[in-house]
Amino acid sequence: MSFRKQKRIMSRAIGLTALVLSAAFGTTVSAEDAKTQYFPLATFRVGAYASSGIPAWAGEIDYFRYINEVEGGINGIKLVWDECETNWEVEKGVECYERVKAGKDGSPVPIFLPHGDPISKALTEKSVADKIPLVTIAYGRTEAIDGRVFPYSFPVVFSFWSEASSAVNFIAEKVGGKDKLKGLKIATVYHDSPYGKETQVLLAHLAKTYGFEDIQIPVPHPGNEQSAQWAKIRQLKPDWVFLRGWGVMTPVAIKTAAKVGFPVDHIVGGIWSGSEEDVRPAGAVAKGYLAITPFPAGANFEIHQKLKKYILDKGLSDLKDPKSFGSVYYNSGVDEAIVAVEAIRTAQAHFGERPINGEEAQWGLEHLDLSEKRLAEIGATGLQQPLKLSAKDHEGGGAGKVLQWDGEKWNVVSNGWVKSDRELLLPLIYERAAAYAREKGITPRDATN
Amino acid sequence: MSFFVETLVGGLLAGVMYSLVAIGFVLVFKASGVFNFAQGSMVLCAALTFVTLRDKGLDFWLAALITLSVMVALGIAVERVVLRPLVNRPQITLFMATLGVSFVIEGVAQIVMGASVHELDLGIVDTPIEIGGVQVSQFDLAAAGTAGILVVALSIFFNKTRVGIALRAIADDPQAALSIGIRLQTLWQIVWGVAGFVSLIAGLLWGARQGVQFALTLVVLKALPVLIIGGFTSIAGAIIGGLIVGAGDSVAEIYLGSLLGGSVSTWFAYVLAVAFLLVRPAGLFGEAPIERI
Repeated sequence: MSFRKQKRIMSRAIGLTALVLSAAFGTTVSAEDAKTQYFPLATFRVGAYASSGIPAWAGEIDYFRYINEVEGGINGIKLVWDECETNWEVEKGVECYERVKAGKDGSPVPIFLPHGDPISKALTEKSVADKIPLVTIAYGRTEAIDGRVFPYSFPVVFSFWSEASSAVNFIAEKVGGKDKLKGLKIATVYHDSPYGKETQVLLAHLAKTYGFEDIQIPVPHPGNEQSAQWAKIRQLKPDWVFLRGWGVMTPVAIKTAAKVGFPVDHIVGGIWSGSEEDVRPAGAVAKGYLAITPFPAGANFEIHQKLKKYILDKGLSDLKDPKSFGSVYYNSGVDEAIVAVEAIRTAQAHFGERPINGEEAQWGLEHLDLSEKRLAEIGATGLQQPLKLSAKDHEGGGAGKVLQWDGEKWNVVSNGWVKSDRELLLPLIYERAAAYAREKGITPRDATN
Repeated sequence: MSFFVETLVGGLLAGVMYSLVAIGFVLVFKASGVFNFAQGSMVLCAALTFVTLRDKGLDFWLAALITLSVMVALGIAVERVVLRPLVNRPQITLFMATLGVSFVIEGVAQIVMGASVHELDLGIVDTPIEIGGVQVSQFDLAAAGTAGILVVALSIFFNKTRVGIALRAIADDPQAALSIGIRLQTLWQIVWGVAGFVSLIAGLLWGARQGVQFALTLVVLKALPVLIIGGFTSIAGAIIGGLIVGAGDSVAEIYLGSLLGGSVSTWFAYVLAVAFLLVRPAGLFGEAPIERI
C-alpha cells in the first residue's frame, strides 16, 4: 500500500470517527454550551379551535418577550421558542413532539406544552421515556397529580377534578353552605369525550358525600345542536347546571338554555366554557352566565401594566386583536408562561444558571414554590394562585375564581379563589394512580427524593 | 306526552336547519352530478364575510348584498378554475377536487378574515313561545319559515323559469341538452352561484345560532344523512330528510341515549341513513339511475 493511499484511508477514518462522535455526543456537548433556553410551542392557529388558541399564544409569547426584553432572560439565559401547528389533532401533536424533543441548536427542551387534552394523554408514556415534563395547565389526566406514578406529567394549577369540586363548592356558597346541597339537583352537561367524562366519577362521589342528585347529560361533538339535551333539562328541572363544554358547544348550550327558559345565572361553566370566545357568540342571552376558571380575566394586574408598557406599546406583542388583552385566554397564556419560567428559575438555582434540560426541569417543577410573595414580585397577585408542587402533588393549587358575564366583560363574583375539597380528592386520585401503576407495571417513585 | 311532543317538535325544527345546508348539496348535484364537498366551507365563508363586513360598520342589507356577490363570484370561480378543466373526468375526480377546494376556502377565509369567533345578530327574537302547551323556539320557527320560502323559490326557479328548465334538462341527459344548444358551462356557473346564495342563507342562520366560527363547516356532517335519506337530487327530499334526521336524533337522544348511557345523536342519523339505503338506495325522492344495458 502506497503512503498516499495509507494517508487517504487514515484521513477518511478520522473523518468518519469525528462524524460518529459528533452524532453521538453532539447534542450533549452543544446543550452544555447552549446560551438560550428553548421552548417549543405546540399551537393551533388554524382549525376549529384556533379562536381559543390565538389569544393564549399571544399571552405566552408576550410574557416570554417581556422576560427577554426587560429582565434579560432567566438569569441571563434568553428564551427562544418556535411554534408547531397541531390543529388540535392528536397525530399532529405527537408528530410535533417527536420533531422538537431533541431541542434546537443545542438548546434542550425543558418542558413540552402539548396544548390539548388528547395530545397530552397520548404523550404520557413518551415523555417518561424522553424525560421531558409535560405541563398541562387546567387539562390533562387528573391522576397524574400523583408524580410518584406520573413523574413527567404535570396537570398544574387546576385539574378537572378540582374544577368540578370547586364548582360544587361555589354552588354550596350560593345556597348557604355545604349542608344545603342535600336534595339539590345538579346536572352536568358535558362534551361526550374522555375530557367531558373525566369528572363523572368524582361528581358521583361528591353527590354521595353531600347528598345532591348528580345528573349527567352528554352532548356529542361538536355540540352545535342541543335541543334534545336541554329539553331533558327542562323535564328534569335541575337547580344548577355545570357546563363542561369545548368550542362551539358552549355558546350553543347558553342559547339553547335560554330557549327552554333555564336561567343562565344558574349555569356554571367549566374551565373551557368560560372565555370571551364562549359567551360573545351567544349574544345578549349570555348575560349573567357564570364560569369557574384558574385564569381570571382582566388587564389591571400589575404584570399587565408591565406587558403593556414594554411589549404592547412598543409593538412587540403577538396579539393581533388588542381587545383580547387581559381576556381569559390571553391570561391563560401569561399564567402558563409564568409557571414555565419559574420552574426554570427554580431548576437554575439548583443546577446552575444555564439552559435546563427536561430532567432538571422536572426537578424544578417538583420544587416550584410560587408563594404570595413571589407572585407579588412578578406582578401576578390575583391572576395566578399560589402554587407549591412536590413529587406527590403535581397540581399544587386546586382553586378557581368564579366569573360572571355582564354582557361586555367578565367580573369576579366569588369570594377570592374557590378551593376544591383536596382532602377528599387526593385519596381518590392516589387510588386511581395506583391502579394505573398496577395496570402498566409501573413501580411508583419514592416521594421523599 | 307533552314532553315527547316537545322533543319531537324541537327535533323537527332542528332538522330544518340541516336541510338548509343539504339544499346546497342538492343544487350542485342535481345540475352537474358533482357531490360538492366544499358546501360546508362555503357556508363558513359566507357567514364570515358577512360578519366581517358588519364589523366594519356596513349596513345589514349592504353587507348581505356584498356577501352574496362574493359567494356568487366564488361559485363561478370554482366552476371555471377547478371543475371546467375536469369535465368528463370520473366523478371521484370531481369529488376530490371539491374536497381540495373545501380546504382552500377554509384556509384562505381564515387568513383573510381571521379565526376569531363572531356574534351574529339577525334581530330574530330567541325567546320560547308556548303553542298548545308545547314550548317552541321563535328563532327555529323563523328558520323553518326561511327554509319554506327557499324551497318554494327554488321550486319556481326549477319548474317555471327557462334557466331552471334547462338545468333540469342537463340533469336528465347532459348529451341531449347539449345537442339542443343548452350552454352547459353557463348554466353550471348559475347553479354554483345559486349554491353560493343558499350558503349565505344557511351561514346566516347557523351563524346566528352558534356564532360565526370554524365549527360551521362541521354542520355538513349532519347534512350527509339528510341527503342519503331525502335523495341527492330533490330539494323537497332535503327538507323531508332533514325533518326525519332532526326528529329521529332528538327522540333517540332522549329515549335511547339514557338506555345506552351515552350520547347517540352522533351516529343515530347514520343508522337511519343506512336503513334507508338498504330499502331505497336513491333516497325517498331521489331519481334512481336507469341505464340501458
